[in-house]
Order: sequence, then C-alpha cells, then structure tokens
Amino acid sequence: MNAATAVEFDTELIELNARLRTDRVTLPLRGDEDVVALRKHVRERAVAIGLSLVDQTKLVTAASELGRNTIKYGGGGACHLDKLADGFRNGIGLLFVDKGPGIPDLELALRDGYTTGGGLGLGLSGSKRLVDEFEIDTRVGEGTAVAVVKWKR
Amino acid sequence: MERIPILRMGDLLLVTIQVDMHDRLAMTLQDDLTERIVSDGAKGVLIDISALDLVDSFIGRMISNTAAMARVLDAQTVVVGMQPAVAITLVELGLTLHGVKTALNVEKGMALLGKNMTR
Repeated sequence: MNAATAVEFDTELIELNARLRTDRVTLPLRGDEDVVALRKHVRERAVAIGLSLVDQTKLVTAASELGRNTIKYGGGGACHLDKLADGFRNGIGLLFVDKGPGIPDLELALRDGYTTGGGLGLGLSGSKRLVDEFEIDTRVGEGTAVAVVKWKR
Repeated sequence: MERIPILRMGDLLLVTIQVDMHDRLAMTLQDDLTERIVSDGAKGVLIDISALDLVDSFIGRMISNTAAMARVLDAQTVVVGMQPAVAITLVELGLTLHGVKTALNVEKGMALLGKNMTR
C-alpha cells in the first residue's frame, strides 16, 4: 500500500471513481519537478482519451495548481491518475492525497483570493472552475484528499 | 543551474520560454530579468510565451510581478503569443494578468514597445 494513502479518504467522488476506473497510475509529489512530470502525464492521458485542446489545458492547469498545493500545504504526497469509463463517456480522474495538517476552514480556503501561503489564492477555487467534478475530504491533523474529474464532451 | 536565456536587442530584452517551467525556474527568470533591466539599462522587456501550453497561477504571478518590477525600473513589459486555450483557462482560473501589456506576436509586441518608448 502506498504510504501516501494511509489515511482512508472517503468521498462520493472517490467511491464513484473506484467503480469506474479502468486504469490507475500514481505519481509522487515531493518537489517542483514532480509538478512538471505530473503536468506531462496528465496531458498525455487527456490527449489519449480525446479531450479538446481547451479541456486538456484546463485539466493540466488544475493538476498543476492542486499538485502544488499538495507539496506546499500538504508537505508532499501523491497524485493518482485514473482513466474512467461509465459506459457512455470517458474521463480522467485525479486524486491528490497528502498526510499534511488538513484544512481547518474549508469554506474559507475555497474562496477566491484567500491564501495562507502568500500566493494568489486561486489554486483551490480556480481549479474547481476548471474541472467537471470536484470534491475535498480534509481532516485536521491527518491529511487532505482532493478528487477531480474531467469528462470528454 | 538551469536558466532561461535572456537576449538583448538594442534597449530591449527578449525572452522566449520554451520549456515547461517548474516554480524555481520561473522565480529565477523573474530575478534574472529584473537584474538585467538595470545592468543593461533596458527600456523594454518582451516575453514570448507562444511555446507554453499552460500558464497557471504561479507562472501568471511571475509574469505580473516581472511587469510590475520592470515598471518601477522604468521599463515596459509586453507578453506575446499566448495560445487561445491558455487564455481561456487563465481567465476561468481567475487570472487576468492585470497591468500586463500583451500582443498577439513578437512583431506586434516590438511595435508596441517601440511606439511606447519613442513617446
């Protein structure tokens, strides 16, 4: 079992993804270069399922923001890249997990412009707008999981 | 250490970003550009991002900061060549690159800098 998933995160989206998943790759997120590698992998998979160029760019950008959060705020972790198929459509699911401090006030963290790290405060709120589905399971003192999905239109 | 090259043409500095930048590389470029504006006495900075297939909030902030630093050092910055998919994503993300001049390509960017500088 991957060390980064020692906390059993549980959201409807994570459960849904587990059922619809046809393939999974896990990438470590420890430093800057890992985010670059993540962007490359997400792009390749987005191209493989035939996402439009705009949707590819949106998904890769969301992955970049969320991957950076995992490293910066979560103290590092991993991203699971899932290929999803529900019988009608294909999609890409990304699940970011860390064993960091968690997010004490999720509502505040999801607000545009709110940041504790000196950034622009667009990472979480902005990523949410770039994907089709978005869920967070965060536990103070245990860690955070962020699940997103982009479906092929 | 990895660096993005900065070219000088008269009193302009030219940068073409052709690699997928990690965060430290973006910060290095911001610092390098700011230093070169002063050491070269540059009046304009042209950043070509036509090869970038993504501008996230970190790169966006680097571009905004560079333009702001250039401005207080008496230089103008123009960002050129943004891909349409990148522009759509950037705005949806919530970034508008406020205060940054843009042009569709290098030629138009140069014209913009030239025009502004002879004023």
